[in-house]
Amino acid sequence: MRKLLAIFIINIFLATGCQTIPKDALTLSPESLAERQMQTQKYETNDEAKILAASAGLLQDMGFNIDESETELGLIASSKMRSAENAGQIVAAVFVAVLGGGSMPVDKEQKMRACVVTRPIGEQGEYIALRVTFQRIVWNTQGQVTKSESIIDPAIYQEFFDKLSKAIFLEGQEI
Amino acid sequence: MKSKLALILISLVFFFTGCATTQQRLLDSESSQVQLRSIQTRAFDTTDKEKTLRTVMSTLQDLGFVLDKADATLGTVSATKLKGYALRMTVTVRSRGETQLLVRANAQYNVQPVADPELYQQFFASLEKAMFLTAHQAD
Repeated sequence: MRKLLAIFIINIFLATGCQTIPKDALTLSPESLAERQMQTQKYETNDEAKILAASAGLLQDMGFNIDESETELGLIASSKMRSAENAGQIVAAVFVAVLGGGSMPVDKEQKMRACVVTRPIGEQGEYIALRVTFQRIVWNTQGQVTKSESIIDPAIYQEFFDKLSKAIFLEGQEI
Repeated sequence: MKSKLALILISLVFFFTGCATTQQRLLDSESSQVQLRSIQTRAFDTTDKEKTLRTVMSTLQDLGFVLDKADATLGTVSATKLKGYALRMTVTVRSRGETQLLVRANAQYNVQPVADPELYQQFFASLEKAMFLTAHQAD
């Protein structure tokens, strides 16, 4: 019972105004330049619409649904829902249950978001810079948010841009 | 013991939740409109709305935001930053006179409005750098 009360009070603190916004939420982090480089690719064309169309095609290839797009400003926002189950957590939960610890919530599903922003760069806008960013929110079996984060993994961005080069080629071939 | 505990719990619930009405929450009536605008708004010496919006978008990306939507006609951009918290921001750009653009930003941290002038100042400082222009206090 006392445990329950403690949990309850912690929950109240989490849910109400006892949290304040971190002071660095709107400042450039030391990693921001490296992240920008990792997330950006330059294309030798001035056809922004073509790059956007190829990106939309690629996002569809990856199972994303387009939520929002604005060609005039070079934006595509998309998302998808996927399972967030992972073997490690489930094994741990089973272990806890076997030891009599009751049912432990495990990660269940996640919303993954991808956003592509293009902009003309260079003296006469002869290049298109494309920056893609990913983030995700994970919910557990009790419907609580367990993770909300940007996805910062160079391998992911590398694969995305490899696929995008292919998509731009395919668009060119009208496949 | 149990009834005492229940009483404590119930009083806690009332203590934590019973302070604002739906009207106050919906309209954020406690905050001063004029003061809020001055904290959230800056003027830039440019008339290029599209370039300003694009710069706002890349600044938000630099700050770790993922964009939700953008509208060139209305001049708005919305984005969300997830980092253990959810910070949602909307930025609007509109012309002011013949030579300036007004950029206004408002933010929401989890379930609260952001009213701290320093945070907006930090946002505009990053935007200034990306714009290569000075952000003027708008009033």
